[in-house]
Amino acid sequence: MLRAGRPMRVGVGLKEVLAHLEAQVQQVLQVMSFSHSDITAALSDRVRLDYSSREGLADSMRAFKSSPGYEVTFSLLNPDPQSHHLHWDIEAAVQSYIQPLLSKLAPVADFSLDSQILYYAVLGVNPRYDPSLNAYTLNADSLSHVINPVEARLGSSAASSNPVLNFLLYVPDARHSPLYITDHRKNTVVSNAFSSPRWGGIMVYNVNGTELPVDINIDMTRVMGVFLAQLRLMLGVQSSAPPPGFLVGPCGPAGLADWELDRLLWSRSVENVATATTTITSLAQLLDQIGNIVINDNIAEQVSAAVASLQLAVGQLEVGNLGLALQYSKEAILQSERAFFDPSLLHLLYFPDDQKFAIYIPLFLPMCVPILLSLLKMAAEARQRRRERQDKKD
Amino acid sequence: MATHRCNIFMLAFVLCGLTCVFVRADIQDTNHVKAAESGAVDVAPKTNIDASLQSTQTEDQTQAPEEERHWEAETNPADAPSDNKADHVHDTMQNPNSPPAPSAKDQTQEAAEEERQWEATAVKEADHVPDTMQTPDVPPPTPAKDQFQEELVIRPLHSGDIYASFQFRTLWDTDFLRGSKVSHYRLFPKSLGQVISKFSVRELHISFTQGYWRTMQWGQPFLPSPPGAELWVWFQDTVTDVDGAWKELTNVLSGIFCASLNFIDSTNTVQPSASFKPLGLGNVTDQRFLRYAVLPREIVCTENLTPWKKLLPCGSKAGLAVLMKSEKLFHSSFHSQALHFRPVCQDWKCKSTVLELRQTLNVVFDLHTSGQGKREWSLFKMFSRTLTEACPLASSSKVYVDVTDNPQGELFELSPTTPLLSQVVVLGDRRTYSVYDLTNQATFGQTRSLNMLLRWRAAESGDMLRPLLHGERYVAGYGLQTGEIHTLMYNNHPYRAFPVLLLDTVPWYLRLYIHTLTVTSKGRDNKPSYIHYQPSKDRLRPHLLEMLVQLPPNSVTEVTVQFERALLKWTEYTPDPNHGFYVGSSVISALVPSVVAMDTNSTRECPLFSSFFPCKEESSYFMRVYTEPLLVNLPTPDFSMPYNVICLTCTVVAVGYGSLYNLLTRTFQVEEPSPGLAKRLANIIRRLRGVPLL
Repeated sequence: MLRAGRPMRVGVGLKEVLAHLEAQVQQVLQVMSFSHSDITAALSDRVRLDYSSREGLADSMRAFKSSPGYEVTFSLLNPDPQSHHLHWDIEAAVQSYIQPLLSKLAPVADFSLDSQILYYAVLGVNPRYDPSLNAYTLNADSLSHVINPVEARLGSSAASSNPVLNFLLYVPDARHSPLYITDHRKNTVVSNAFSSPRWGGIMVYNVNGTELPVDINIDMTRVMGVFLAQLRLMLGVQSSAPPPGFLVGPCGPAGLADWELDRLLWSRSVENVATATTTITSLAQLLDQIGNIVINDNIAEQVSAAVASLQLAVGQLEVGNLGLALQYSKEAILQSERAFFDPSLLHLLYFPDDQKFAIYIPLFLPMCVPILLSLLKMAAEARQRRRERQDKKD
Repeated sequence: MATHRCNIFMLAFVLCGLTCVFVRADIQDTNHVKAAESGAVDVAPKTNIDASLQSTQTEDQTQAPEEERHWEAETNPADAPSDNKADHVHDTMQNPNSPPAPSAKDQTQEAAEEERQWEATAVKEADHVPDTMQTPDVPPPTPAKDQFQEELVIRPLHSGDIYASFQFRTLWDTDFLRGSKVSHYRLFPKSLGQVISKFSVRELHISFTQGYWRTMQWGQPFLPSPPGAELWVWFQDTVTDVDGAWKELTNVLSGIFCASLNFIDSTNTVQPSASFKPLGLGNVTDQRFLRYAVLPREIVCTENLTPWKKLLPCGSKAGLAVLMKSEKLFHSSFHSQALHFRPVCQDWKCKSTVLELRQTLNVVFDLHTSGQGKREWSLFKMFSRTLTEACPLASSSKVYVDVTDNPQGELFELSPTTPLLSQVVVLGDRRTYSVYDLTNQATFGQTRSLNMLLRWRAAESGDMLRPLLHGERYVAGYGLQTGEIHTLMYNNHPYRAFPVLLLDTVPWYLRLYIHTLTVTSKGRDNKPSYIHYQPSKDRLRPHLLEMLVQLPPNSVTEVTVQFERALLKWTEYTPDPNHGFYVGSSVISALVPSVVAMDTNSTRECPLFSSFFPCKEESSYFMRVYTEPLLVNLPTPDFSMPYNVICLTCTVVAVGYGSLYNLLTRTFQVEEPSPGLAKRLANIIRRLRGVPLL
């Protein structure tokens, strides 16, 4: 997969060559292996770290959290079905571009794919007309407001609880086209697309039809190129720059190299282990808080199974069996969450002690009255006695 | 002190316990008796049914579902007055010179105005197609896999109110039920499609209704629905755990429609054996795969309408759906929105099936609250919107106005006028509709908006044909121990008797005495030819009572059954228990003889050769009537009682404690006896005088 860019000098001893190579191999390994920064990225949800830069934060926030499955949804937004008759061959495009990547990622998670067309769906921001470009522009600052009105139409996945990766293709209506996305320095973005961390990506597809209505066949190669890149980012495939003088080999038809998959497996396993550990820890905290909580046998079994799976996962990680480690860590998450969200462990089921006391206020209050009165009386008597004593001294 | 308190509590507990035991014993006793009795009763009809069942019941039974399906086949063109007919009429409009059918002309041409003309035989022709289920639309240039139709029917009611019924139909030619994982949605809503494929749903019918449909004043609705929420689902026969799927499905649907469908559980779910047969294709009629539940308490409002509108391809942005503004729709006497999903035939050959999603919304605007007492209705007055365009995705978009009672325009004036007329047999009656085709730009005229106006000429409208079948229900009896449910079924047909299927679901906390079940009509006992009774189980399942009863002509049939009210556990009461508990509507399903067939003068307009034998399609039609839901008071305990007891006991204990405490802590001194009255007076006088006291 790797090619050394620098030409080798000929005519030196084997040892020298090896010594020379070693440094380079070290360099390469550092890029391609699971490094400290990857751990911080994977644990960004669990552990509070101070990020040296905004970029680092953004990178670590972009990828979706680890989950046993994802739903990938492609939506075509057509705000003006009256004048634009859009056709997209999503089935073929998914088969040829997205499916290979997802099949390669099958050990990481289960993916389900679907697509929909939404009519009369508009963005939340009115694009601004830019006379210099003779086009409408969406500034990077306003992009955060774009998604909200669309999201209500997207429809959450009612049938499963897996997170949804949304990819929207927006064809602006005739009155607002062409539409370009500009960055902070007012330059148009080449891909005309942007992504929203842990949510998905949006691409603007401009149509130049002069007379309306117009039939349009969408160029799926262009669209899927952008979406594929965004999908990689969303799934947390980090593309770190190779060390100077090296080139990374092409990653094949699947769009994902083996070493990238390995790194993904690493970070997912670590993240899962961390999640399961936190869940079990917070469950333990809850049990500490409520003394008289009832723990059923099945919950105890779930917790011990989760701990066992955690230990197995860590063991496999140490050995380097990434597939098995991920498998065990997924089981650990499932079991720990099943225990944590068991309805019998609901915090509200247990009556707080202070409320039990409140019920008996009708008893405590009248009983306090004679005690308080006699206390007052005793205090008054004591004061009087002291005064009398002082009087006597005088 | 402590012992004192304990004693009081002990006493209270013992008392409570004793009463509880007595009450329990009482109830159990009566239960035993009931069980014995009902057992006996159960056996009795069964034995004598057995013989007759083979003949009558099986006949009726098999007939009912079959005909029910048959009805489906027929009404499709009928209740969605199909494009076929309209097109037919349209055709004749296009070329009026073409030779019309021979005999029908004379009467109609005289009757109709110059512009308005139709062929009476057009209807006949449409009625010949009924076996075709779906009359396919005009094929679009490229064969799309899905298509969308929308229509609105406006019917002026005799009470002066107005009835508007929206129907949106999405047809989708796909086989995602057979488990292809990737799904690509175009017009069909994705959120619903995912649910249907995940839970292997074959048919799904859900309705949310606010208000009660007054059959006697308003006639028949196009799609009946009970007050509250109703959900019935046929699952695929591949589903193994139907109950689990049903539970999950109701939860998911309650999320999609923002409704409290998650309150559907085993205590209000039944599996009717005959009343709810599949309305779509498919020959599985095993009731194991059917679940039916009604929530009569459900209140329908904007939050249910918004997600419902979101399922439409055009949303509420274009087409007929722009009229659906919630502030007007919910300011009405009756509001019902429904969603029906089922597989249907693709074309008349029925070689392949397509999925049909039908969204309907029915609303009745009141003459006085919405119409300000004036008999003048317009689209703007009803919906505070007018129509400007059809949904661009719809292959057909039409507005129908019922002008049956108004052939000459003598009753009301309809403007703008439309040359298109369509005649449809709907619910056993031949109706005439003015049709506005929204896909045609000419419909909108100069103003680019369509605002139909119906202005009455006469103050009174003509007499309404009484609906042939309707039902009523009420609770009789006094006190909070027993009661009696009365269900009345009216057959208003002058000379035809017909069988009806009555479905009653009663929650478990009304314990039915099934041995007291009586069915009487015209003062005589009317023996049901089929009874299916499933007794309730406390906190597990409701009573289910299904009967096939023959209703004599022009009669009232009364079904009564006595019940006893159960005592609930204190956590089982609703937050407002004194409001009462709802019992869902009874469902009366029947094949009703058609009004058209009843009309002996039908020969007047039809060609003679066509009208000697009443043709089968028109002779009877399927109808479903829902009665009122019941509101029953249950014995309700005083929920503040425990706290009152705590307060009272605590006060008593505290007072006792206080005196004891004082007794223990106070010091006692001997007090000098008080001087007599004379001495005190003398002292007062002495004090005034400044003389030393005595």
